[in-house]
Amino acid sequence: MTDVDMPPKQTFRLSQLIYDTRYRSLTIQVVVFMLFMAGAAWLVDNTIQNLKVLGKDFNFGFLWNRAGYDIGQTLIPYTNDSTHFRAMLVGLLNTLLVSFLGCVAATVIGIFVGVLRLSSNWLVARLMTLYVEVFRNVPLLLWILVIYAIFTEVMPVPNAFRVNPATGEAAASMLFFDTVALTNRYTAIPGVLFSNPLPGILGLAGPLWSALVALAGGLFLNSRLKARATRIQEATGTRPSTWWATLLLLTLPWMAVLWAQGFHLDVPAFNRFNFQGGIKVTNALVVLWLALSLYTGAFVAEIVRAGIMAISKGQTEAAAALGLRPGRIMSLVILPQALRVIIPPLISQFLNLTKNSSLAIAVGYMDLRGTLGGITLNQTGRELEAILLMMGLYLAISLGISGVMNVYNNAVKLKER
Amino acid sequence: MKKSVFLGALTVASFVAGAAAAATLDDVKARGELNCGVNTGLVGFAAPDANGNWAGFDVAICKAVAAAVLGDSSKVKYVPTTGQTRFTALASGEIDLLVRNSTWTFTRDTDLKLDFAGVNYYDGQGFMVRRDLGVSSAKELDGATVCIQTGTTTELNLADFFKANNMSYQPIAIDTNAEGEQQYLAGACDAYTTDASGLAATRAAFADPENHIILPEIISKEPLGPVVRHGDNEWGDIVRWTLNALVAAEEYGVTSANIEELSKGTQNPEVNRLLGTEGDLGAMIGLDKEWAKRAIAAGGNYGEIFAANIGEQTPIGLARGLNAQWTQGGLLYAPPFR
Repeated sequence: MTDVDMPPKQTFRLSQLIYDTRYRSLTIQVVVFMLFMAGAAWLVDNTIQNLKVLGKDFNFGFLWNRAGYDIGQTLIPYTNDSTHFRAMLVGLLNTLLVSFLGCVAATVIGIFVGVLRLSSNWLVARLMTLYVEVFRNVPLLLWILVIYAIFTEVMPVPNAFRVNPATGEAAASMLFFDTVALTNRYTAIPGVLFSNPLPGILGLAGPLWSALVALAGGLFLNSRLKARATRIQEATGTRPSTWWATLLLLTLPWMAVLWAQGFHLDVPAFNRFNFQGGIKVTNALVVLWLALSLYTGAFVAEIVRAGIMAISKGQTEAAAALGLRPGRIMSLVILPQALRVIIPPLISQFLNLTKNSSLAIAVGYMDLRGTLGGITLNQTGRELEAILLMMGLYLAISLGISGVMNVYNNAVKLKER
Repeated sequence: MKKSVFLGALTVASFVAGAAAAATLDDVKARGELNCGVNTGLVGFAAPDANGNWAGFDVAICKAVAAAVLGDSSKVKYVPTTGQTRFTALASGEIDLLVRNSTWTFTRDTDLKLDFAGVNYYDGQGFMVRRDLGVSSAKELDGATVCIQTGTTTELNLADFFKANNMSYQPIAIDTNAEGEQQYLAGACDAYTTDASGLAATRAAFADPENHIILPEIISKEPLGPVVRHGDNEWGDIVRWTLNALVAAEEYGVTSANIEELSKGTQNPEVNRLLGTEGDLGAMIGLDKEWAKRAIAAGGNYGEIFAANIGEQTPIGLARGLNAQWTQGGLLYAPPFR
């Protein structure tokens, strides 16, 4: 039996590599691969040669030298005595911060606008169309510059908050009971201080971990409360009202813990040139965040709209026939199904937003491009090393985002059993 | 994906490096044009006028070199560079010569593989503030927001100055002088810091220069000069001696007005050697006899260039100060032409 199925024995000839369809595709692949590798080798060799001619070496030792420059906004402690590596970390964290804030805001804006664009209200639908078209069709850099110009020109300078000794009044006043100051450099908001905080554990500050523990306790009690309500509902048919208990359980415990540690606000006060105390959120961050989320939000809105329109109208009608209200139809029936269509293109928008955050240099926001790819590169003259390192970091961030989003996508996609 | 990105960077790097390794003099002669890197716009030093013609103190050096090498001071292509792009543009061969208020420092001269051909302006870093801020000394700037051009030595000096005086500040990084001007005028920073000459030039362009003051402290040494690539010594010599010729011309009283007359021969052998009527210094740097004469005739000697672009008769109004001849108590000192 097996003998019959065996192909006739044949000697292998070289010409078969081209003329025999069994081997041809493999031949082509091998040739293309070799050409590709040869090209790569030529590039690497050329780079090494030219670096040698210029008398430059390739080494990342500069990362451990003193940076010598200051950075306006830092999330981790940094002074001009820190290393270039530390400066790079500061930039990386600033990039991650604005990207995270931007992704969250863009998603919220996108879902609202995408849903409202399908609204039956003529005015709302047209307004949303206007927003999408205006933001989508003008380059992002221009939006960043326009919003920045608005912030610097319209807001008062910090000096305007100085009290004039002659009149006893200042040209500008603070908001919210004199706790928040909007200026053309930053928004000064109250900081949080504790007069007798608990000791920190595992790098987490005392007030932070104790509040988290209290919040977790509240959540646990809340879940027990809900379980009890469900038991009563199953036994008697009526569900006891729990919303007020839930509200108390989710807010009171951590508030009490913070209050016990002497919670008070550090209100910013004007001092010669700038506000001292409190937290200063630089306008560069706010502007970049606004521009990135408004711009990307317009794209997300279109993706959301496409996702919703991909769900057959029969679903809406069926849900309406069951007596669901329009808001509930959207949140319970349409959006969960639309998410399957929405998530994959949404991932690329998140990646775009993260990469677009490198336009931060336009407003002087010190992100990865501003520190490693800007000042460090310039002061050390290590172009190749800095650019390669920066590309590697952006690549890692992007792969991280798409990895996380793919996990989420797997969770919401159509389950085939 | 990972590989192709990496290769892309290498491609860029190799093109960049490939262009740099050749004799610059031959390249410039073959091209018939000098690619000169200048500031993106700093009135008095390098800025295009209403007709789009570049003019200024730095531009005059470009013109003198073009006149010496190509025989025509108009054969210059001006490449505007920012503080961030200037050295890369030079290293990559995009420009032959960089004259952009660049400070001569140890690391730039050695680690960045550049050569400074001399100093055309002895400068120092200063601060400019609004008059109504009521500040009279840089030591009163504790807590201020300071605008600063990124990629410059001033960035590091600023950090050192505030640290040495135990003061704090908020830096705002900006890319070009024009951007800094706009930010400063909008009140986004209390003080603007750069080289004192640059501050004077920037202030001269304001609508209300009288409302801004330059603080008396000069917090650093900033010898500004023309820069060439390290390794091409012939080209470096040409730029160095063109600059020296302009300085020597002022010392010996050779001006654009009397240069034709003096080049017929004088009693001073040094002037004769400079102008090519005696000996043949030009041949030693690969040029003809009259190279220095053309360089001086292009815009006048150092003093004339200074007076026309940034001197006390101009809106910028800089005094000669350190930039006077050594015979006048300044630092300008051209080595002998022999």
